[in-house]
Amino acid sequence: MDVLKKVPVREQDAKVRAANFEEVCLGYNKEEAMEEANRCINCKNAQCIKGCPVAINIPGFIEKVKEGDIEAAYQVISESSALPAVCGRVCPQESQCEGKCIRGIKGEPVSIGKLERFAADWARENGIKPAGAKEMNGKKVAVIGSGPAGLTCAGDLAKMGYEVTIFEALHEAGGVLVYGIPEFRLPKEEVVAKEIENVKSLGVKIETNVVVGKSVTIDELMEEEGFDAVFIGSGAGLPKFMGIPGEQANGVFSANEYLTRSNLMKAFDENAATPIMRGKKVAVVGGGNVAMDAARTALRLGAEVHIVYRRSEEELPARVEEVHHAKEEGIIFDLLTNPVEILADENGWVCGMKCVKMELGEPDESGRRRPVVKPDSEFVIEVDTVIMSLGTSPNPLISSTTSGLETNKWKCIVADEEFGKTTKEGVYAGGDAVTGAATVILAMGAGKAGAKGIDEYLKNR
Amino acid sequence: MYKILEARELAANIYLMVVEAKRIAKRCEPGQFIIVRTDEGGERIPLTICDYDREKGTVTIVFQIVGAGTKRMAGLKDGDSFQDFVGPLGCASEFVHEPVEELKKKSILFVAGGVGTAPVYPQVKWLKEKGVDADVIVGAKTKDLLILEKEMEAVSGNLYVTTDDGSYGRSGMVTQTIKDLVDEGKRYDVCVAIGPMIMMKFVCKMTKELGIPTVVSLNPIMVDGTGMCGACRVTVDGEVKFACVDGPEFDGHKVDFDQAMKRQQMYKTAEGRAALREEEGDTHHGGCGNCG
Repeated sequence: MDVLKKVPVREQDAKVRAANFEEVCLGYNKEEAMEEANRCINCKNAQCIKGCPVAINIPGFIEKVKEGDIEAAYQVISESSALPAVCGRVCPQESQCEGKCIRGIKGEPVSIGKLERFAADWARENGIKPAGAKEMNGKKVAVIGSGPAGLTCAGDLAKMGYEVTIFEALHEAGGVLVYGIPEFRLPKEEVVAKEIENVKSLGVKIETNVVVGKSVTIDELMEEEGFDAVFIGSGAGLPKFMGIPGEQANGVFSANEYLTRSNLMKAFDENAATPIMRGKKVAVVGGGNVAMDAARTALRLGAEVHIVYRRSEEELPARVEEVHHAKEEGIIFDLLTNPVEILADENGWVCGMKCVKMELGEPDESGRRRPVVKPDSEFVIEVDTVIMSLGTSPNPLISSTTSGLETNKWKCIVADEEFGKTTKEGVYAGGDAVTGAATVILAMGAGKAGAKGIDEYLKNR
Repeated sequence: MYKILEARELAANIYLMVVEAKRIAKRCEPGQFIIVRTDEGGERIPLTICDYDREKGTVTIVFQIVGAGTKRMAGLKDGDSFQDFVGPLGCASEFVHEPVEELKKKSILFVAGGVGTAPVYPQVKWLKEKGVDADVIVGAKTKDLLILEKEMEAVSGNLYVTTDDGSYGRSGMVTQTIKDLVDEGKRYDVCVAIGPMIMMKFVCKMTKELGIPTVVSLNPIMVDGTGMCGACRVTVDGEVKFACVDGPEFDGHKVDFDQAMKRQQMYKTAEGRAALREEEGDTHHGGCGNCG
């Protein structure tokens, strides 16, 4: 065995998986996990922990995996994380824990993500639950949104003895884990639902179908329903469109809509009640993780799929692993290409997309080279479906109905990073509602910070 | 679960249900809508609120069978429950925020078409309770499809019923009645029109000619209803709006109805297939023109 390399993880063959919705990565078994764990040199001053937004004791849990005591490994992780089976699958480890791993200097870093996933999956399969609070402290906290930020905040507060109720706008708990990330990256029933069960087993209540700002306001929750503090983890918000002609044609979707239909409403299953367009040739505009998810979903629904992105491969914001998987499965990347118009037939259906070629100019404020239009480069891609994956802008539902809650110039809720404290007393916030669209693990980190902030606030009140 | 306290058929394929939904009943206003899901695996179906009782904690909905989802809903009886019932969604009708004294000075005309009578009712009722009498035109294809006539009668100033086939009340489309009323000397400051998209389009065309500002309530395709998916986008005055958070009511003279009607057709074939599967199960093997 080459100690400089990760123990390879088994995956579904690219050709096979391109036609199904089952999980791509199959994960380690115990032997593989123990072998990989042995690559960890258990650094005294572990850099990996510093790279983890929820500061999991990584060498600590890996030590337990080495010993073959997987239950103990799981308990070490769950001291810091409410959703280890999720994080082991969707965290960008390469830029966090694994990015800081000393092993990575000379060879490949320890496969921390796959080890976390293994420990969490093993615990689930063996019915191990996280340890809950010893006693309740009699204080009530409302958490808005049951995505990664909300679940983490609720889990942490419940462990500290708070009585926590999560309010979820949709009919199912999980937020982006349920409506956004596809089944083939994150199995819903087997993984997400079970992790939510674990959070509930800590005593957290979840009330679905409550749109805070509409069904009830934060002020009412605090004044009439007796909540001592509130955490807002309501997520990203409204999908952006390009503002180009033809965007309202039939067959143009936001990635949010396309993914919600497929994931939350299960439209990938032909027998589902909710329909989805099964295009023959699909263009996904954008280059982030959501774009990859939408593209790989469309591929599995039987389409030829093109990613249309205005910069070059180097600037793709998606995780390298996702781009790699997408390519393996046969997604075509039309880079340095930007749509300028969507063409529709006489009945209003998409029949093509007019694009221009781009080239990279001087770096812009983000440090990435700014794409500029190549003169006379207009051309048409024939497509019947266009999926816009351009990010989101904040949903004003909560900020516009809560007195004293300030937003910034991008309309995101203002909250400090360390404790998630907002401008309204007793109200904390974190995740995409504060930062704009980011990752699951950053939202979890913010949920953790919010729980710490709420605990400090209620203890000192 | 959300219990159905009362379920009855108002006319062929049109149903009324009173549902226990305390949070919604407490906060909803005329003009807003809910999203209902019959059971696990069901579609999310948006419906405008028809009535509410804050004391009893109930919300009334009226719907017509148009596809597989509404057909399943229609099968539910008193005492059954909906899996999900969420709201109130969207914005309240604009007049809810106007001073009552101002409203009393206005002459308001409501135009309801078909099941659109249901969302018009709570608006007229709200005004009546504030001492504002509004005129109401209710249009139906034929006498048997007319709904909520008595209820509407009780809350409206003048009620004008018209049927397309002349089987009851006046004869002809609602637009004809609008024109007749104006010709008879009636003057209106504002019109609220709710019904099928095609009806709203022609009412707007008429009221534009007559110079009556008009509000319409749109019911585009929706998924989440909270602004997250953008399926319900409509073009109003050249700008893209999301009906679920910016609407559902808009200035009818600025709505791009042709585009909205095209967008409504998006899943027509898929819906047709689902309805057939529901109806005929495995016995259906083509020949309907809907399946391939």
